[in-house]
Amino acid sequence: MTLAPNATSPISHIVTTSVEKNQPGRSAWKAITTPFQAVSRPLSITLSVLVWGAVIGGWFALTYSGAVKEMFLPRPESVLFTTISMALDGSLWEHVLASVQVVLIGFVISSVVAVPLGLTMGTYRIVQAALDPLVNFIRYLPVTSFVPLFILWIGIGIEQRVAVIIFGIFFQQLVMIADSARGVQRDLVNAAYTLGTKRGDTVFHIVFPATLPNVLDVLRVTMGWAWTYLVVAELVAARSGLGYISLKAMRGFQVDVIFMAIAMIGILGLCTDQLFRGIRRLVAPWAN
Amino acid sequence: MDALTLATKPKSSDIAIDNVVLRYGKGDNAVLALDGISFHVVPNEFCVIVGPSGCGKSSLLYLIAGLEERTGGMISVGGKPVTEPGPDRGMVFQAYTLFPWLTVAQNVEYGPKRKGMSAAERRAIVEHFLHEVGLAKFANHYPSQLSGGMKQRVAIARALANDPQVLLMDEPFGALDSQTRHSMQKLLLRIWDHSKKTVLFVTHDIDEAILLADRVLVMSGRPGQIKKEIRVGLRRPRSMDLVMEPSFIAMKREILELLKNDEDEEH
Repeated sequence: MTLAPNATSPISHIVTTSVEKNQPGRSAWKAITTPFQAVSRPLSITLSVLVWGAVIGGWFALTYSGAVKEMFLPRPESVLFTTISMALDGSLWEHVLASVQVVLIGFVISSVVAVPLGLTMGTYRIVQAALDPLVNFIRYLPVTSFVPLFILWIGIGIEQRVAVIIFGIFFQQLVMIADSARGVQRDLVNAAYTLGTKRGDTVFHIVFPATLPNVLDVLRVTMGWAWTYLVVAELVAARSGLGYISLKAMRGFQVDVIFMAIAMIGILGLCTDQLFRGIRRLVAPWAN
Repeated sequence: MDALTLATKPKSSDIAIDNVVLRYGKGDNAVLALDGISFHVVPNEFCVIVGPSGCGKSSLLYLIAGLEERTGGMISVGGKPVTEPGPDRGMVFQAYTLFPWLTVAQNVEYGPKRKGMSAAERRAIVEHFLHEVGLAKFANHYPSQLSGGMKQRVAIARALANDPQVLLMDEPFGALDSQTRHSMQKLLLRIWDHSKKTVLFVTHDIDEAILLADRVLVMSGRPGQIKKEIRVGLRRPRSMDLVMEPSFIAMKREILELLKNDEDEEH
């Protein structure tokens, strides 16, 4: 048998593949349409800038064309100017600080209890049996329906807003943290026993470190929810905070202030999200 | 005597299994997993249990480790009855059980740390055992950065670093490819030769059983029973070439027959 140069020998196959790789157009298209394929950093930055640009460009188009009245949708630059002037006279920081304070207090109180209790709940079936039915009942109650009750019980001070946040996220944190504790590989615990770990130390020595990346993810996600409940609480009863100035602005038809408040919450959310990702990389480097 | 000589000094006990019964469930749904198992592993012995999957050989190991509770019978290690898990019985699992949040070195020193050894003592132990399994360079890696074979090597180092009296091994090489498997078997034999721990090793691989063991216990399934005990008696140190020798093949044939009968009885 004679071998033609283009016969389907293993070598020719290799050559063909390398030729394909040298055609950037085709392989690039193939790369970006391949499921779960990684995307280069420059490309992902370009894409996110483009999407942002499209949204803000659309905003400009809507306001400048007169398609939407400025009373309902402010021009982008007027939101920016409002932000700058409120930042300069200090009123912006006062409200941001008030909101951040409420979110942090509520989030910390909730997490400090939910993390150890959730881990215990996920590890000890007896604790789960005791708490699960109650927690799953409360978990589905809409937080908003409790706001009048909280006002009645604790008034309209900062305690009321903190209570709304705790009520909003605590039970969700508890359930999610218990779930990740329940998911700890049993042979990991068995191995720990054969290495001399005492039963009472299992939660601290094994379950806690094993679930740490998950716990941090739960905290990151529920931090976002905390911001949602904060605005709910501030819209109803507050004298300061980003939700409060939104409500005040609505009464005075200052749509640009509402937009600014929303944007500030988004930016703060983005910052805390990045902060949690950073913490996770720092304290759980093995899980990256 | 310093910690390292303590840890590497041959210290091993016997394992006595007397009429052990394990039953899952209750009433009509009860399944008899182990039915009156009795055998004795002498100190320093390398004993291998071979049997089909589901015959209860892993359960037996979990009972000896104290990780499961037996329904009846007696298990004692070094004359001490087994009531709960303890560091005197080291175990290497089939699943990868390195603690992912600890580095290789931290995994190995986990047991010594629980015993309250000083950092200096622990460092000497870690160095010794990582060297023993050829992973000294990987001390600061996380388990997720290691291959399957490397993970099991660390698991062996971790179990030995704790200086157990017996080493229980539950199909530790079951998930590895055959090349890695062979080098792991060689490594294990070398380490066992140094440490002279009592080893009880469970596998479904007949070649592996004969290659490693002083004595092979052939187990049948449902309910699990010890069918036969075979003294291997091949010279040590052993090499992979043994698989071609007539005496090896004769033993392999005998075990195959025993396991085949088991299958026939089932049908």
